[in-house]
Amino acid sequence: MKGLRFIIAGVIFGIIMTKSEAVSWYRIQEMFRFQSFHMYGIICTAVVLGALAVYLIKKFHVKDSLDNPIVFTDKEKTRANYIIGGLIFGLGWALTGACPGPMFVNIGYGYVSFIIVVIGALAGTFLYGLFRRKLPH
Amino acid sequence: MLDLLKQPWPWYISGAAIAAIMVLLLYFGKSFGFSSNLRTICSMVGTGKKVSFFDFDWRAQKWNLLFLVGSVLGGLIAATLLKNDAPLKLASATVADLKAIGVKFDGQLNPAQLFGAHSLSFKNIVILLSGGLLVGFGSRYAGGCTSGHAISGLSNLQFPSLLAVIGFFAGGLIMTHFLLPLILSI
Repeated sequence: MKGLRFIIAGVIFGIIMTKSEAVSWYRIQEMFRFQSFHMYGIICTAVVLGALAVYLIKKFHVKDSLDNPIVFTDKEKTRANYIIGGLIFGLGWALTGACPGPMFVNIGYGYVSFIIVVIGALAGTFLYGLFRRKLPH
Repeated sequence: MLDLLKQPWPWYISGAAIAAIMVLLLYFGKSFGFSSNLRTICSMVGTGKKVSFFDFDWRAQKWNLLFLVGSVLGGLIAATLLKNDAPLKLASATVADLKAIGVKFDGQLNPAQLFGAHSLSFKNIVILLSGGLLVGFGSRYAGGCTSGHAISGLSNLQFPSLLAVIGFFAGGLIMTHFLLPLILSI
């Protein structure tokens, strides 16, 4: 099954998110109160190593598993949507302690009430799609 | 080995592992971004007939849905095979701050008071639903979430991703310091 590798990658991601405690509402509160380096350490390590990896992939024209060149697409050069959308995301992130990935990881962990958070997130995504043309980007 | 994996992982191991997942997905010819799954699910259930934003070939995103299924399984494995019974080592200042706004620290990943299956009061349901709504709306409006912008975007030195991440933090600070105490006191 060709899709199995994505399931395995997801399993590893879920384990990382849990064992790093990045799925914890408490840890997110601790981060937004600047009372521990833990979450900042995780994000900074990931970004620094990620940037190094992206740099090396570009420099050495690394190919993917199907021998196609790995391409990076630039984000659209708009401004308003990143700031306003980001702000709205942040409000929800601190309230539920979860970004989209950890919501699902938490359900697997046994916090079934995160199903309600996911339903909210799907509704929010749908509302964005519905009102997209009326919003500043 | 299993005992080592069961411990909470230090931040540098966790951060490196997240970067490795991003690279692994790049090697598979994909890009790491979780919130697009929410759009894919909206499209899957047929909203594309009414709203053009959801009118795309969601089957091309099947790999990401499989990644999502894997992440649920990963959470399950972490809760069973890799379970660690020691209480979370939360900063004592956070424990005190949360106590002051009425949230008891119970040593688990999430406060049972807000997320426990037995504490699904009307108020908690409204909190969970509206929190999810803000995350879903905001991540699509910003064109990505923490994985897409903070990890993939910043690693590719994208200025728009930096704007989004600044937005994430500004929103988080407003919620934590101004709105959450109000919401919890209702």
